[in-house]
Amino acid sequence: MREYVSQQIKNLEPSGIRKFFDVVNDMPDAISLGVGEPDFETPMNIRTQAIYSLEQGKTFYTSNAGLPLLREEICNYVKRKYNVSYNPKNEILITVGGSEAIDMGLRSVLDPGDEVIIPQPAYVSYEPCTIMAGGKPVIIDLKAENEFRLTPEELEAAITPKTKVLILPFPNNPTGAIMEAKDLEAIIPIIIKHDLIVMSDEIYAELTYTGRHVSIASYPGMKERTILINGFSKAFAMTGWRLGYACGPADIIEQMTKLHQYAIMCAPTLSQYGAIEAVKNSDEEVENMIKQYDQRRRFLLNEFKRLNLDCFEPGGAFYVFPSIKKTGMTSEKFATKLLESQKLAVVPGNAFGKSGEGFIRISYAYSIDNLKEGIRRIEEFLKNV
Amino acid sequence: MEYNGVGIMELRKEILDTLEQDARISPQELAVRLGADEVDVVNEVAALEKEGVICGYLTLIDWDKTSHDKVTALIEVKVTPTKGLGFDSIAKRIEQYPQVSAVYLMSGGFDFTVIIEGRSMRLVAEFVRNNLSTLEGVLSTATHFVLRKYKDHGVIFDEKKSDERINILP
Repeated sequence: MREYVSQQIKNLEPSGIRKFFDVVNDMPDAISLGVGEPDFETPMNIRTQAIYSLEQGKTFYTSNAGLPLLREEICNYVKRKYNVSYNPKNEILITVGGSEAIDMGLRSVLDPGDEVIIPQPAYVSYEPCTIMAGGKPVIIDLKAENEFRLTPEELEAAITPKTKVLILPFPNNPTGAIMEAKDLEAIIPIIIKHDLIVMSDEIYAELTYTGRHVSIASYPGMKERTILINGFSKAFAMTGWRLGYACGPADIIEQMTKLHQYAIMCAPTLSQYGAIEAVKNSDEEVENMIKQYDQRRRFLLNEFKRLNLDCFEPGGAFYVFPSIKKTGMTSEKFATKLLESQKLAVVPGNAFGKSGEGFIRISYAYSIDNLKEGIRRIEEFLKNV
Repeated sequence: MEYNGVGIMELRKEILDTLEQDARISPQELAVRLGADEVDVVNEVAALEKEGVICGYLTLIDWDKTSHDKVTALIEVKVTPTKGLGFDSIAKRIEQYPQVSAVYLMSGGFDFTVIIEGRSMRLVAEFVRNNLSTLEGVLSTATHFVLRKYKDHGVIFDEKKSDERINILP
């Protein structure tokens, strides 16, 4: 019989980790520290504005790039928060989540054979999106001893004449690592020397606890070569709204907008109205959530210290990434046994690339009480291994 | 003194914000969560208590779920502050009654909000009639009984929320 399914797509299927996820999601009585989205509901003022927009009959498509007012407000927000100025007319595209921006961005800059440097552990979509765009992923295995930051040596070693894009996923899912000003300043000369495009996925930027987030686009010579990706899911607890954005050089944004027009038309109008309220009037709510995440982060770090599991201090996102190497188990075995014996779900580190082997990702998008129960189960589990 | 790069005032604010949400957090846990020294936290909590900033540690109870009757009434009180009998001295009298759980001086159309808790509407009504409206300086009262408490002290009663998120996601 004829093979209906594309071989290329079929080959995208990641490792066996999917099976583990399916097992967890089929266990309703398991408790989980495995979720990659905020536990907070979207702040009420944002929800209300979206409801108003429906009541007012704002149920039509918006322009492809997104509502002009939203683009303007996001540009104000990005300027206010990260000190980068973008022109709302042609340097920003509103997307369906940060994930669409990653996809459209890579498609817009890659030609067949172009290499894309992806530091891992990292969110799972960069690699398949690169392949789908005809590019070739080149993985950098980040190291725990560098607190999973990208070093200039690692970057330099990965660059070839075919390198076109560097993906910079910080604050990082799953490690919680951040790139501070000094870390960025160390890699910028290399990026400029090799004339690379940077895709900076800053979706967790607001969730930075050990100082303020610095965007690589704010450095001289970088804005013109950076696709800055951000969105509403993490900072504003708006995952289900599916709304993100890309800021960048007008020629790249133009191509992204063209693809977006064909594939998506426009981001959901309802979500765009909610998002205007989010960037304009939600600083206090966001600050509140950040404070709570930060308390949980400190709490977990202290608990892992008590349990004698090595864990570097993550500066951002809402994950800790402890090493489970001293148990002698692989990440997947650890996670599977923990699930079987304690009914606690965590994500094996190798789900995010092979350099995540030997680690587990613990999300603290959970109440302190849930975290305490999770830790209790991990402690119990460790007693028996 | 430094704490997380900010001053002691910030630590105090964080202590208050956190304890206001959960008064039962131990000093050890509070110190961990705020990234402060346990000794500092213990000292600051003691100081806040001594200064009267922290006035007490209470338990929030939804009495409707018990078999005990409890009625809450909100009473608007109008008074005439006369010479030697200002708002403060009237308030000082009202606050003395154990049935009175709160007394606020208000802006707007009346002077005090008095919140009263009693075992029955009859007892609350008696209190208003016998003790409150007869106080010197009190001009009038308007009693509003609470029919149902949906939310109190920032806590939503009867909030049964399950985690809607799917268990695990990359």
